[in-house]
Amino acid sequence: MTTHYLFRSRAEALALAIHRQSFRRCLVMVAVTLGLLLVYLCLGSTRIPPMDVIATLVSPDTSDHRFVIQTLRLPRALLALLVGAGLGVSGALLQQIVRNPLASPDIIGISDGAALGAVLFLAWFAGTVSLTWLPPVAIASAALTATIIYALAWKPGGTTAVAPIRLVLVGIALAAALKAVATLVLVMSPLSTTVQAYIWLTGTVYGAQWQDVTRLLPWTLTLIPVAMLAARALTLLGMNDEQSRGLGLAVGRYRLLLLACSVGLAGSAVAFAGGMAFVGLMAPHLARRYTGQTSTGLILGAGLTGACLVLLADLLGRVAFLPQDLPAGIFVSGVGAPFFIYLLYRRRA
Amino acid sequence: MLSTLPVKALGLTLCLALLLATTLASIALGQTAMSFATVINALFNYDASQIEHIIVRANRLNRAVLAALVGSSLAIAGTLMQAMTRNGLASPSLLGINAGALFFVAMAFTFFSLTRLQDYIYIAFFGAAVAGLLVYSLGMTGAAARAPVSIVLAGAAITALFLAFTQGLLILNRESLEGILYWLGGSVAGKPLDSVIPFLPFYGIAIVGTALLVRQINLMMLDDDVARSLGQRVVLTRMALGVVIILLAGGAVALAGMIGFIGLIIPHLARGLFGRDHRWVLPSAAMLGASLLLGADTLSRFIVPPQEVPVGALTALVGTPVFIAIARKRSPTL
Repeated sequence: MTTHYLFRSRAEALALAIHRQSFRRCLVMVAVTLGLLLVYLCLGSTRIPPMDVIATLVSPDTSDHRFVIQTLRLPRALLALLVGAGLGVSGALLQQIVRNPLASPDIIGISDGAALGAVLFLAWFAGTVSLTWLPPVAIASAALTATIIYALAWKPGGTTAVAPIRLVLVGIALAAALKAVATLVLVMSPLSTTVQAYIWLTGTVYGAQWQDVTRLLPWTLTLIPVAMLAARALTLLGMNDEQSRGLGLAVGRYRLLLLACSVGLAGSAVAFAGGMAFVGLMAPHLARRYTGQTSTGLILGAGLTGACLVLLADLLGRVAFLPQDLPAGIFVSGVGAPFFIYLLYRRRA
Repeated sequence: MLSTLPVKALGLTLCLALLLATTLASIALGQTAMSFATVINALFNYDASQIEHIIVRANRLNRAVLAALVGSSLAIAGTLMQAMTRNGLASPSLLGINAGALFFVAMAFTFFSLTRLQDYIYIAFFGAAVAGLLVYSLGMTGAAARAPVSIVLAGAAITALFLAFTQGLLILNRESLEGILYWLGGSVAGKPLDSVIPFLPFYGIAIVGTALLVRQINLMMLDDDVARSLGQRVVLTRMALGVVIILLAGGAVALAGMIGFIGLIIPHLARGLFGRDHRWVLPSAAMLGASLLLGADTLSRFIVPPQEVPVGALTALVGTPVFIAIARKRSPTL
């Protein structure tokens, strides 16, 4: 296996194989991300030259730009990166699990579940309970939604208890109902919370703080590695169930584990940045262009691509319509929705 | 399923009775409950000095008429879409036609400050047509036609697309948010009776068109090749049906906003009762759809009084279990 980098634990309980070429390309992508981050930190209502930005990052205490960079732009950029990475990996896992390149957390209702939880929270408890409870509420409701989707798609008998197509259809149905309930809650709540909740639903990292970054980081840092370790199974899950079982895979167990990773990543991202539709759909497709179909590389690539997408969208939202600061979600869906249509168009041929 | 002719006729009569009952309930029930006799008097023996008569004429009647029109439009549109695609999951809301109409109306609302129905009903038709064509070409042509799930995914994508654009519009222009948000939830309340007049000619055209096409619709439920060999011009029929669907679904959105799932549930109910003969299925679907929306609208007044719940949210809650039941069946094809 000279084409892959291999990492194995002693008893070979854990193994990680990544295609050399896609690993090298991912390294290039890391460089691109860092470059984009630098541009992000430079641009804004006050422009800061790149050298000053680097100087501020290296020794913050002596710089004039400390407040703008350290307090305003850096946490926001990092949050955008984490959210994008989470959504990208979540989408990559989901597409492989349901064997449909058109699946993503926002289409099968997981994001809508998280968003509904958050909207309920904003409408009823915003004045009385601290906003630090918003993320756990959103993650819990994403998990609850995913459980309901999984349970409703469950049908004993036949070769597969949870057929991927059923999962998608049930998800779409549930997404529609959850959207309706979210609109209902918005309409019934006072207008001040309505606008706040509505902007949040569109997806934004406006006003991000360091504590948001440190709260989201543990989720991203545990779930993405778990997903990469389970990536062996992911390749097999892309085949049909009989084939995967024939190759010795506990199909149901792995599908559940990877689904849990996907839900955790999507739920935590939505908790901190709202709707942000289409990232989970687009990132894996763009990543496949340079990583190929190998699972470990795909997860890495989807994470990096998602991170870049959200960072770029937020940069546009900040600088394109100065002095207005627009939600990044508008730009993500502005690109993502036509991209989805292109995917559908190509698939029909 | 009802099989013999007299039984079917009886079934259709019962649908009509249900429609009448829900209409009366919709007029009589609400924050001010009134007796059956008062309702009849207010309708046929109007007395402007009685407050209850004014409520009926100014508030309840227009609402009932609107609900009946919108409900029947959505139900017929859904039935036609399911017959045309031979897919039990097709319906105006799931396939993005409602969202397309909504986006174009929202655009007219924000950029050209059009607020009169007669102005934006055409824009709603246009939006419905754009979305319908997109979904049809993405989900029903080429290799995608073989998998019934393709058109549902295409519909979900188009819905997401237009809803995202609508969100963007509303955020750029926050003043219009309040005005349009209620409409986003779907509502038949608070429109004067003459606001439905611009829609009536289109409704009439659509109903007549459906009645003329009913034989072709029945053949359409078979394979395309079979229909062709029986002398049908399949493409022409599809296009005519497409126009009817756009008139009905676009008009419904212009009148009442996003009201989902009626076009999904009612066709299943009507086919469950009357089988596959659309000479029976279509009229019963129209009456059942109107009854469902009338009933849901009446119910929406009692959930959190004195506020009213947007009726679209209610139909979504009723519709989701049905959708899931259909999706859990082995295959969603008819």
